[in-house]
Amino acid sequence: MSGTELGLALSVFLACTVEAVEALTIVLAVGTTRSWSSALYGSAAAVVALAAVVLALGPALSSLPIDTLRVVVGGLLLVFGLQWLRKAALRAAGLKALHDEQALFAAETEAARSARSGAVAGIDAYAFVVAFKGVLLEGLEVAVIVLTFGANQHEVPLAAAAAGIAIAIVVLAGVAARAPLARVPENTMKFAVGVMLTSFGTFWGAEGVGAAWPGGDAALLAIIPGVLLAALAMVAWLRRTAGEPSAARTARQPA
Amino acid sequence: MSWLIRLGRGVWEFIVGDDWVTGAGVVVALGVTAVIAGTGAAAWWVMPPAVVFLLALSLHRATN
Repeated sequence: MSGTELGLALSVFLACTVEAVEALTIVLAVGTTRSWSSALYGSAAAVVALAAVVLALGPALSSLPIDTLRVVVGGLLLVFGLQWLRKAALRAAGLKALHDEQALFAAETEAARSARSGAVAGIDAYAFVVAFKGVLLEGLEVAVIVLTFGANQHEVPLAAAAAGIAIAIVVLAGVAARAPLARVPENTMKFAVGVMLTSFGTFWGAEGVGAAWPGGDAALLAIIPGVLLAALAMVAWLRRTAGEPSAARTARQPA
Repeated sequence: MSWLIRLGRGVWEFIVGDDWVTGAGVVVALGVTAVIAGTGAAAWWVMPPAVVFLLALSLHRATN
């Protein structure tokens, strides 16, 4: 496995693990409170919908000329990566609340308890819809990451396998724990995914519009640590400015 | 027609999210890289500082 393939598999695995943990919390909440069978039907329907998205968009993406594909993929990965990195940096600096699976589970459980009951053909409509939406929305971004990474490297099976392994691990851990996976270091993983998406997006985007990287693929060995160091420096800067007394910050501002 | 608008809004929200400046910045940075590469000069150096600048700008906007 080449370094690029390893980066691809690792990025998809981490992104998929984070999103699967969040989807699992929602499914667990409606499953334990309302109906397990309805929550599982909703989850299965969402997985089918996600597979349909991948099957519909995959061949379309793969048929694009390589330079066009790299611009599209690079641009999408950059936009997604910078968003992941921004949120993870704000959370790491303490300026945004960490994603709390226990709190999300409690809120979803309370909402599920207070919702009206309504069964259609023996299926609890609330549990079905909430599980469907949760899995679909959390999975959509991962589906796009799998498609873009996979199509660009002609490695959709590798990307899909990395996603499948991540989902299997999270589901097995959830079944074993029978509780939200609150101890997964979600923000650290999101930070890592943000760095990888931003780095690959920078590399492929520039290549797609005609730039040639010194050293070819080996340039990624400089881009990835560079993005990581820049992001860590920004977290340190955010922590410092957030810790400053407001009077000191006000005094520095121009009149 | 309304479903088309909703779909468009959904796609915009999904891709661009709550920070359109970053999305626009990525397009501009790729455009500048394309123009420089089109002249035959080395253009790889545009994206790394542009990406660092866009992240810093996005964080600055989020905290101010």
